[in-house]
Amino acid sequence: MKFDTIGKPRRRVDGRAKATGQLRFADDLALPRMLHCKLLRSPHPHAQIESIDVSRAEKHPGVHLVLTGEQFPIPYGIMPVAQDEHALARERVRFVGDPVAAVVATDEQTAGAALGLIEVKYRPLATIASPEEALATPEPRIHDYGEQGNIHRNQSYEFGDVDQALAKSDHVFEDLFFYEGNTHLAMEQQASLASIEGDGKLLIQTSTQNPHYLHRQLARVLQMPAAHIRVIATPNGGGFGGKCDPGNHEFVVCKAALILGRPVKICLNREEVFYQHRGRHPVLMKFRTGVTKDGRLTAMHLQTLLDGGAYGSHGPASTFYTGVLTPVTYELPRFKFEACRTFTNKPACGPKRGHGTPQPRFGQEVQLDKIAEKLGLDPAELRLNMVTKADSLTASWLHIGSTGLAECIRKVVEMSGWKDKHRKLPPGRGVGLACSTYMCGAGVSIYWNKLPHSGVQLLLDRSGQVTVYCGATELGQGSDDVLAALIAEALGIDPSFIRCVTGDTATTPIDLGSYSSRVTIMMGNAALQAAGRVREQLAAAAAEQLDTLPERVRFSQGRVYAAEDPNKAMSFVEAVALAEGKFGTLGAVGSYSPPKAPGRYKGAGVGPSPAYSFSACVVETEVDPATGWITVPKIWIAHDIGQAINPVLARGQVIGGVYMGLGEALMEEQVFRRLPAKLSGALVHRTPSLLEYKSLTSLDMPEVEVALIEDPDPNCPYGAKEVGQGPLLPVMPALANAVFDAVGVRIDEVPITPDKVLHALEKKAKGEAPRVGPESFPAVPYPAPIFVLPPWEDGDGNEVKKNDASAVV
Amino acid sequence: MSAVPDRVHMTLRVNGEDLPVSFAPYKTLLEVLREDLNLTGTKHGCELGECGACAVLVDGEPLLSCLELAVECEGREIQTVEGLARGNELHPLQAAFADVGGSQCGYCTSGMLMTAKALLEREPAPSRERIKEAIAGNLCRCTGYQQIWESIEQAARVMREERE
Repeated sequence: MKFDTIGKPRRRVDGRAKATGQLRFADDLALPRMLHCKLLRSPHPHAQIESIDVSRAEKHPGVHLVLTGEQFPIPYGIMPVAQDEHALARERVRFVGDPVAAVVATDEQTAGAALGLIEVKYRPLATIASPEEALATPEPRIHDYGEQGNIHRNQSYEFGDVDQALAKSDHVFEDLFFYEGNTHLAMEQQASLASIEGDGKLLIQTSTQNPHYLHRQLARVLQMPAAHIRVIATPNGGGFGGKCDPGNHEFVVCKAALILGRPVKICLNREEVFYQHRGRHPVLMKFRTGVTKDGRLTAMHLQTLLDGGAYGSHGPASTFYTGVLTPVTYELPRFKFEACRTFTNKPACGPKRGHGTPQPRFGQEVQLDKIAEKLGLDPAELRLNMVTKADSLTASWLHIGSTGLAECIRKVVEMSGWKDKHRKLPPGRGVGLACSTYMCGAGVSIYWNKLPHSGVQLLLDRSGQVTVYCGATELGQGSDDVLAALIAEALGIDPSFIRCVTGDTATTPIDLGSYSSRVTIMMGNAALQAAGRVREQLAAAAAEQLDTLPERVRFSQGRVYAAEDPNKAMSFVEAVALAEGKFGTLGAVGSYSPPKAPGRYKGAGVGPSPAYSFSACVVETEVDPATGWITVPKIWIAHDIGQAINPVLARGQVIGGVYMGLGEALMEEQVFRRLPAKLSGALVHRTPSLLEYKSLTSLDMPEVEVALIEDPDPNCPYGAKEVGQGPLLPVMPALANAVFDAVGVRIDEVPITPDKVLHALEKKAKGEAPRVGPESFPAVPYPAPIFVLPPWEDGDGNEVKKNDASAVV
Repeated sequence: MSAVPDRVHMTLRVNGEDLPVSFAPYKTLLEVLREDLNLTGTKHGCELGECGACAVLVDGEPLLSCLELAVECEGREIQTVEGLARGNELHPLQAAFADVGGSQCGYCTSGMLMTAKALLEREPAPSRERIKEAIAGNLCRCTGYQQIWESIEQAARVMREERE
């Protein structure tokens, strides 16, 4: 297909505003009579609040308001099944950093000083620091809901009889992996400005990826009609999932603005951003994988144990995601997946780029490398021989539409010179390969409903200006640019003639938000539906003038013309004016809902997506055996994007994903330590600062060579699949596999740091198993599995009784 | 003991203009630029000198405005992202960042641009390694830096051509 705009490198529509500093992020906003808010946070990881005395703070000069949990009786949470947070803690604090009170004052300095005048009496409770402790310590419970004790979620699924298949396998590989938690570290600290507009309604302008979900939660917590609340998602200075949950501070400034009738602003400091967190869950994993002697999978039994932190957040979804996408890359006849999420007294974990899937992908792809090694097969060939097919179902009833995974593998093998390097480089140097997949949007909304996932409205007038309205939010990923490009292509005009109005619950149709890599596909399809409707009107009006049939009218390069004779033409602006004359004010709406998924068992809603992207990656390493230091000279990655909309942005997303994945692989970790008993013994964040939380700098980042594999997906706008999350996922296992190729040691946990490499090398020198990683998996009381037969075992997608099914098979 | 005044009044020279401003004496240059002069193009990611988002040029040198007291900047030449464009025409660095992916979310962009400007004024044809070193104190979480290096290289080419 020939395009005017799609697929051509182009300045992004918001590029100029970003390069001039004119783009207004939340903390750049100021209003007359604006006050400033600061939060008092708990110094205890787990404690009962016995009393709070705010009287001295209230009397402090410059203080306008002090709020506590008393003003926030109604709980909230991003998921309907986990409404377990209060804007300010009421009876209990659950981690160091849990907000307990707020001061609103003339400036931040004054508010900060007044925080010190609030007297809180705490009664410390036993602290739970890890999932193992959570399992062993049912009391005290961190929350009074959940499965039992300190288990938040606990689930089990089995697709075909896995033990039976493992017993029949030529080999069964059993491996344990651990993936440490890490955080988004968006450069912009969360900020919010709440105010009362002239019409008396509440306005919050805030760093959020999900204005719609925040809007719903504000209405609930503040007990106001949603129509009296306006949420504007300001452009986000990076999100990566960290701005998906509603934040305590957002409710606090809204409440304060409603009480005081004045604008109230807050900007979290960097330390507070580490407490807000909602980042990558630490996950312990156990894989039992059966293979035939020629390297085909027979079955897999995957067990995961998640450290959820102190609140539910997206946890119910995160728990599913530690397993549900595992069967999408390779043909897997049978699959059993058990997952358990525990509460601990640490900042809540949630969605970070890849949401729950990087952890099991790491384990799966490292285990495949071990399988290839054991069977004497090339890791690339092993994978190529078993990639899932287009238009196929997984054992768990996920439908895979298009797939470019085989092409991705072939491409990175070629680009990297894999065949000349793998097992052939001199000692200390190595290459590793890994693959992955990701959803192009979650198949179901966070709250159950039958409504569209995305809505787009178009407005055109005789000036030729096209304004497009959509609730989608810009994080830097380029959602405005995608929106403008799609409309431009559909109407045959330059993107610069399009004005995007986005992320405003008062003026834009609902889009569920910038998460799950859903925006290009869902917003995009809604945009194309709206554009198609407008184009029909324009074509009908232009056809009369051009003396042709409406279906023969073409739109390209700002012109509207007859297909049979391009000289029979008019400008786009003339066509709009004609149509406005014929039909009245011009506009259209479009909406999108994902296709219904084939799985019918309880829980089948998590994992389905209109399309899946695929990636393959090769990482090269140099490992210094004296220090364990890992250098990465180069990374090659091929990403099956379906169709790139703006290759500049697509390539940027790929490299940015690789960068974030490499940081996770080598150094990023959100970890905690206990203070000495004489200080308090509290469980505190080890490195809540940008300096000590290590991330890759410009000097650490290798060159990344990117190939975009374009195999348009019929479910996606102009065939375009996601690129925001997928390319991060193969990097960590590819690095681990490259370290093995370089020095022959297995680091079965992330991050892979020099001390772990050295330790493994020491073990190797002593003749011990050259491996560093978890040594045991605790006894988790997983429930009896929901048993479902795979499509190829005469299943119908419903749950069946296992014993009956086994008798049949 | 002399009392610390609630506010000080002085004239700061910003982007070639003398701007009278009064502010609390504890305020950093970052705060005065953003809060008292409404120049919010300069961003902050930590206010502890760890991220580089607040970099501006003072007397031509990149400086973290979150670590500099504004009272120490009197009489010095301060340049911010707002002064980078030539009238309505983008500076070659700005154009390159917008065109070749140097800016994704845009939050680190101002600090990157000002740091890169100082580099290109010293070294019109820096190597990739020199570029990497120059921005080593500016964190970016979106781009993986590669398109930032490419943006700076493209701008350097354009600026060299302009000089010829």
